[in-house]
Amino acid sequence: MTDIVTIKDVFAVNPYGKTFTFDWDAKVRPGQFIMVWAPGMDEIPLSLSSVDKEKSITFKTIGNDTRKLFNMKKGDELRIRGPYGNGYTLDRRKKTLVVGGGIGIAPLLPVIKMISADAVFAARDRQELEYSIPLAKEFCEKYWIATDDGSLGFHGNAVDLVREVMRDNRYDMIIACGPEIMLFFLHKYCIETGIDCQMSLERHMKCGCGLCGACMIDDQRVCVDGPVFTGDQIARMKDFGHCSRDASGTLVRFR
Amino acid sequence: MNALRVKIGGLEFDNPGMVASGIMDETGLSMVRMFSSGAGAVVSKSIGSLPNPGHPNPNFTEVPSGCINAMGLPNPGIDAFAEEMGIATPKGKVIGSIYAATPEEFAVLAGRMEDFGACAVELNLSCPHARGYGIEVGTDPVLVTKIVSAVKSTVSIPVWAKLTPNTHILTEIGKAVESGDGDAIVAINTLKAMIIAPEFGRPVLSNKIGGLSGEAIKPVGVRAVYDLRKAVSIPIIGVGGISDYRDALEYIMAGASAFQIGTAIMNRGPEIFRTINEDLMDFMERYGYRSMGDMVGVAND
Repeated sequence: MTDIVTIKDVFAVNPYGKTFTFDWDAKVRPGQFIMVWAPGMDEIPLSLSSVDKEKSITFKTIGNDTRKLFNMKKGDELRIRGPYGNGYTLDRRKKTLVVGGGIGIAPLLPVIKMISADAVFAARDRQELEYSIPLAKEFCEKYWIATDDGSLGFHGNAVDLVREVMRDNRYDMIIACGPEIMLFFLHKYCIETGIDCQMSLERHMKCGCGLCGACMIDDQRVCVDGPVFTGDQIARMKDFGHCSRDASGTLVRFR
Repeated sequence: MNALRVKIGGLEFDNPGMVASGIMDETGLSMVRMFSSGAGAVVSKSIGSLPNPGHPNPNFTEVPSGCINAMGLPNPGIDAFAEEMGIATPKGKVIGSIYAATPEEFAVLAGRMEDFGACAVELNLSCPHARGYGIEVGTDPVLVTKIVSAVKSTVSIPVWAKLTPNTHILTEIGKAVESGDGDAIVAINTLKAMIIAPEFGRPVLSNKIGGLSGEAIKPVGVRAVYDLRKAVSIPIIGVGGISDYRDALEYIMAGASAFQIGTAIMNRGPEIFRTINEDLMDFMERYGYRSMGDMVGVAND
């Protein structure tokens, strides 16, 4: 589905990130994404940070396109298409912990709202994740914060905090979104300890709907077969944590 | 599934469905996945001499009954593609699609594809959204003959030419392929198209012009194959808007020996090949056709 939506409200989540809300009557599951475009930028994939009747996207400025978005105002219009991808499989009967890193916290907010999952949120510093705390307070029974600089909560990374949390708590499912390096070590931890997990992965995206093959991880299309993959699926991926493909399809190793 | 076997020149395929160029065919493992979904062959992404990121996003959008894309021939370049072909060719038949600006460049790329294990090469003479390539070299019959001849004299594998419907001299171009000693014609590529966002007062695609694919173009493709069948005697592979067995049969009965599928994978998934193979078998049994060959061109005779 392709639509033009109007930005209803703009919230600064931190000095370099914003949330745009907009009315869009599509049915969206947590973890699904849309392709977002306006003149002056390239079209980019963004996961929804709210999937109620009023939808939202939350992004941080990392390049030209997100900078262009950052400068948009209430009343401006966006061309969006989607929703694309599978989204998370949510089950209230499974005690679930969401683990979000950096801007990867945002797509997990609808999950904690929907099934009252507990949360580990991690970021570089307090400023980056503070916006998520009111929601965590409202919907999580328990939540924990980690910052790289120690400015709030646990001084360290998300995976180290998850290890701490699991000493005294038991979860059946971990649902995670964040930088691949975080997911790589979190996945290792889940495999070692036998906890089921679902992780949202990211690759260079073009068509968004399973045709062009730009976003392949091994033989999986991130846009349609994912972006959410199970721990077992991820365990079979040789690319995960090691390499991705650039816009030309050239394999780029990062580990 | 013997009834589904098809011969195209000297090549034999287990079934007549192939993955069209540009779809799930930029990496070795994506091609392997398409084989395991029942495709008789995979045509690779169109590969050029050097890595090319293609056009910036937006380069794709859905429209009613189809899609418009202007990917701009993204590919990792022929050198890097060796590794992908090394993964795919042991698992099934890959037709190496290539694009170039001159006959000499086409010949060099085709030679590399043969070295990599391609069972045939498909010359992209039809991409509607890349400056200096595709349609810009594929609508001049003299140049088309030169390109096909140059490639033919370089490789020992069959040479297919994929043609554009964006011309009024399609059959002349088909004859140009034949007189260059081409082994088969693939028709059609996408139709030149545009989409404008009225709210922004400008085209949506970064390249402005794209190519329309999907159900909307099927009648155009069927007509093109029908006309080509009358004009040339080399085999034709039909492509454009096929999403089920009846669509595939339209192309076959218009004169195509086999068919390719692209856009329909969006809604029907890679499994579309298996479904169509089964449905074709049922159809053939019900209507008394013993082989695919029995149906080729029946609407044209």
